Amino acid sequence: MVAISNAFTAVEFSTVSRHYGDVRAVDDVSIAVAEGEFFSMLGPSGSGKTTCLRLIAGFEQPSMGSIKIFGKEAAGTPPYEREVNTVFQDYALFPHMNVVDNVAYGLRVKGITKPECYKLAEQALEQVALAEYGQRKPGELSGGQRQRVALARALVNKPRVLLLDEPLGALDLKLREQMQLELKTLHKKLGITFIYVTHDQSEALSMSDRVAVFSRGRIEQVDTPRNLYMNPKTSFVADFVGTSNVIKSALAQQLTGRNQSFSIRPEHIKLETNELNDKQNDIIKVAGEVVDIQYHGATSKVEVSVGNQMLFIVLSNTELSEAELPKISQKLNLCWSRNRMVMLENQVI
Amino acid sequence: MQSTIINTDTSTPFRRKFSNTLYRKNNLFLFLLLTPPLLWFGVVYLGSLFALLWQSFYTFDSFSMAVTNDLTLENYRSLFDATNFDIILRTLTMAVAVTLATALIGFPIAYYMTRYGSRAEKGFFYIAVMLPMWASYIVKTYAWTVILSQQGILYWCINHLGLSSVLNHVLQIPAIGGNTLATSNLGRFIVFTYIWLPFMILPIQAALERVPTNLLQASADLGAKPAQTFRRVLLPLVFPGVVAGSIFTFSLTLGDYIIPQLIGPSGLYIGTMVYTMQGSVGNMPLAAAFTVVPITLIFIYLSLAKRTGAFDAL
Repeated sequence: MVAISNAFTAVEFSTVSRHYGDVRAVDDVSIAVAEGEFFSMLGPSGSGKTTCLRLIAGFEQPSMGSIKIFGKEAAGTPPYEREVNTVFQDYALFPHMNVVDNVAYGLRVKGITKPECYKLAEQALEQVALAEYGQRKPGELSGGQRQRVALARALVNKPRVLLLDEPLGALDLKLREQMQLELKTLHKKLGITFIYVTHDQSEALSMSDRVAVFSRGRIEQVDTPRNLYMNPKTSFVADFVGTSNVIKSALAQQLTGRNQSFSIRPEHIKLETNELNDKQNDIIKVAGEVVDIQYHGATSKVEVSVGNQMLFIVLSNTELSEAELPKISQKLNLCWSRNRMVMLENQVI
Repeated sequence: MQSTIINTDTSTPFRRKFSNTLYRKNNLFLFLLLTPPLLWFGVVYLGSLFALLWQSFYTFDSFSMAVTNDLTLENYRSLFDATNFDIILRTLTMAVAVTLATALIGFPIAYYMTRYGSRAEKGFFYIAVMLPMWASYIVKTYAWTVILSQQGILYWCINHLGLSSVLNHVLQIPAIGGNTLATSNLGRFIVFTYIWLPFMILPIQAALERVPTNLLQASADLGAKPAQTFRRVLLPLVFPGVVAGSIFTFSLTLGDYIIPQLIGPSGLYIGTMVYTMQGSVGNMPLAAAFTVVPITLIFIYLSLAKRTGAFDAL
């Protein structure tokens, strides 16, 4: 009897570590990515997310632990024997080949006949709306077009898992938003597993089914975007996903009577008004002094010093007139409802 | 309101004016910058080369041993005389053989330096490759005559390894062999390969350095086995470097006149022929015609390389 791990698991890490000398790039990571899932790996640079992706692709081998791709042990197998394809951060298009040769490459090396290769490559280029660009060299394309060629080059091989390494990092904001939408549509259409590495938390939140948050080679939390935002487990997640105020234990003790850090989103902190007075028990009140005000169009971000900590609050510019906004060094009272606070597991940032 | 301009520029008005003029007139700046080197390059390099080529059309009177200014194609025609053409073929064959050998030896070394070498190893290899180039070329060639001689270290090694009979068999192969290693074409080939190897390694290494690792990873990711990645991605991208290196080894072998004199069998090379013609014989026109041969061969080689798409990746 051969034990088959969950048939619906596309990629499974069991206690995987990757060390470079003393540096633990990936440290005891266990994750399971379901088939057909849009799974993001989010974290600051050097947090181990890209190394994890390279472990799946086969460019790196784990120092410890096991990596299974569709139930088959992948540790030790070379990249060319894995049913995954990668879209590289800087696209890694072959500069000496034209676009259609780039796209056909994966099929050509597998020994598929030339006409068949080019037929499929042309189709893949059509899919990314670059049908007329087949004869150009990658150097003659814009960043967004190169991005799409890289995507077509990976997808033409019909991978069961598509790995994307910060694929939109080099694009400008408008193009990035458009490509996010296209990737999401593509994912729905193809139904294959996408594993997406990014350091952009808003990108991860808006696109993914689930997100793994990495810090210092370890996983902080794996959850749906909504849960990550609403219920961050650690102060790192609270801080990294969206903006958040992490209240450290000293101030927390004073406010809640419990020696445990908690986080509170800026948009949940209100200036004290009379309306809130009726349900006093559920409200936390704190006095502070305005340090800085930044204008952000629809909102204004106000920095308030409370005790020895800084809190950010976000005020709507549509609800408040300029005169109603607090001024620098003005003393004011902040309040928030108790159920908006998220207690954090660890107290180290 | 009053503003004060603090003058920190202590240079004379003239110098300041001059700098500002150069800054504004970019063409004047380029003119001043480029004229001296272009004069040097144009007069000393190209000028002397054209003077030489022009002389290849002069007439050499073999009775009076004098050169006259009458223009003729006779020198070029005589390149195709059996004896002269032999010299060209002999030199060309050696140049091709040396180029292939240096490429085959140089590529793995350059590859290791680029892909696997740590910083210290890379430094070691750079010095190891360059160090022989610091020593005089003539000294090295004479050193090889000692190494290859029958009392030399190479024979000593071969004898102690019990391979003398193998060497004897090799030396009996026509065209390659000879009486001893020092008088064989094999010996000459070894010395040429030794002397020109750095000129092959360095351009290949520079070309390899420019190939991003992620292209090789992308190739593997798309299912290419290492041999396919080498043939379809690495080699095409590095080929301009191989061509650059082979231009050195090829043309240096074609023009060399020291090694053929000191090592290997008798029989002239293009270099030694030029040396003889312009020196003891005084037939400058034929010597000039012979120097056109390597130039033509390199030109043909480059256009062939271009046709295979060697420079597409540049």
